[in-house]
Amino acid sequence: MAQEKEVVLMKGNEAIAHAAIRCGCDGYFGYPITPQSEVIETLAELKPWETTGMQVVQAESELASIYMVYGAAGAGKRAMTSSSSPGIALMQEGITYMAGAEVPGVFINVQRGGPGLGTIQPSQGDYNQATRGGGNGDYKVIVLAPSSVQEMADFVDLAFELAFKYRNPAMILSDGVIGQMMEKVVLPPFKPRRTDEEVIKECPWASTGKPKNRERVVITSLELKPEAMEKRNLALQEKYRKIQENEVRFEQQQMDDAEYAIVAFGSAARIAEKSVEIAREQGIKVGLFRPITLFPFPEKQIAELSKKVKGILVAEINAGQMVQDVRLAVNGAVPVDQFGRLGGIVPDPEEIVEALKKLI
Amino acid sequence: MYACSDPQPPNLGGSKIMKKEIIISGFGGQGVLSMGKILAYSGLMEDKEVTWMPAYGPEQRGGTANVTVIVSDERISSPILSKYDIAVVLNQPSLEKFEPKIKPGGILIYDGFGIINKPTRKDITIYEINAMDKAAEMKNGKVFNMIVLGGLLKVAPVVSDKGVEKALYKTLPERHHGLIPLNMEALKEGAKIITEVK
Repeated sequence: MAQEKEVVLMKGNEAIAHAAIRCGCDGYFGYPITPQSEVIETLAELKPWETTGMQVVQAESELASIYMVYGAAGAGKRAMTSSSSPGIALMQEGITYMAGAEVPGVFINVQRGGPGLGTIQPSQGDYNQATRGGGNGDYKVIVLAPSSVQEMADFVDLAFELAFKYRNPAMILSDGVIGQMMEKVVLPPFKPRRTDEEVIKECPWASTGKPKNRERVVITSLELKPEAMEKRNLALQEKYRKIQENEVRFEQQQMDDAEYAIVAFGSAARIAEKSVEIAREQGIKVGLFRPITLFPFPEKQIAELSKKVKGILVAEINAGQMVQDVRLAVNGAVPVDQFGRLGGIVPDPEEIVEALKKLI
Repeated sequence: MYACSDPQPPNLGGSKIMKKEIIISGFGGQGVLSMGKILAYSGLMEDKEVTWMPAYGPEQRGGTANVTVIVSDERISSPILSKYDIAVVLNQPSLEKFEPKIKPGGILIYDGFGIINKPTRKDITIYEINAMDKAAEMKNGKVFNMIVLGGLLKVAPVVSDKGVEKALYKTLPERHHGLIPLNMEALKEGAKIITEVK
């Protein structure tokens, strides 16, 4: 295994696997699908069950994977899965159960184009699914959007931390660009897996075996009494408000003197960064605002932004999903346009500059 | 690092800052992706910023394959580009696709064997490298991509030969280290045979 602090060159998907082992993950349960198969391939190659004791199981399906995560996480373990769009769609049932039962877990979506089986090429078409819960009922998952291989590595631990802090599923919403590209990355330092005693102490809600001196814990999303279920829902909503208040993450580039802003996340933000360079060479004062958390969405910050600029372009690799959240935040203060490509076509930086010129 | 960050320092655009945006394209199996990988690793060995972005998918199984490699002294923004400083094209479809996408003043390198209709642009520098012939002469088809890389590094010294050698030692499993001298020889041959087309 690579030494700590060493700079290595690897794919985003490979970085996820290394980071999982290093952050004390207890179990990975997954099913291969392009463009994220390198996650399980790398785990199989690294054989963490021989070193940290982390278990890696290739499940028989995506549905099985997510319920293995649910089961392991129900016992207070750090469990995760990864897939790509159609596979994540299959997992939605398990994810809403986890959200309902308040079980923490991490899942990674290396998005590809849809709908249906779609294409294996990159897309950001699952933004709405990710940020609106994705399954049935009123719930949210915490969504982190990495825009580099380094963030692929860094966000695994962060996703686990947030998931356990709020007892809620957390998702890393990536795509085929970030999953497949190789970049320099400094892998996170090794953190030991938690011992059984630590799990019992940190996760009193987990089913870790019932001692005589406490009530049994029940992990379920089912509650047949509407009054009790409403109470539970209100508690969830309160939790989401807390997450919205405390966990917003974003990044800004060249916004100080900007007259226009491009708002983009994930791989689209990387492409838009180049668009900003090109546009500035042509004398257009534009900056980049990159939401890092998609739920909680940086709505206040974007509302602030709309007071400083004359217009906003949302660049995303879909038909217009995040633009709805941006328009809600901007609330009509300035014009908000959207540019995207579909079906696995990734926009190039100049297309985004052209779209920006139309807004101006 | 996740919170609101300071604005980036301005891009001074001075001549000291090196940044090369390169596309390498050819048939699947020609070693296009590996060549890009070796180039990227070599950049890493020399402390440069690098990205390697493949066209992934069925291309790997016989169709055309391409990879975008960016080697730079400073932070790299988009791994996906519309224009390139250098295009290395190893078959006809790649030439047709990427010749128009080279920046004015940029470089086009093609392998003489794969190209029937030659490039026509006048605002770029065009090089021919008969790497296929050279690989046949060296009786080792596998060194084809290293010959091409040698040619590329001769006309655009993005990384040094030493960096390439270090990258090979770093990335190849030890049982293949015996092949490194042959690969380095191929690199040197490539540098010898690349010629400017006027």
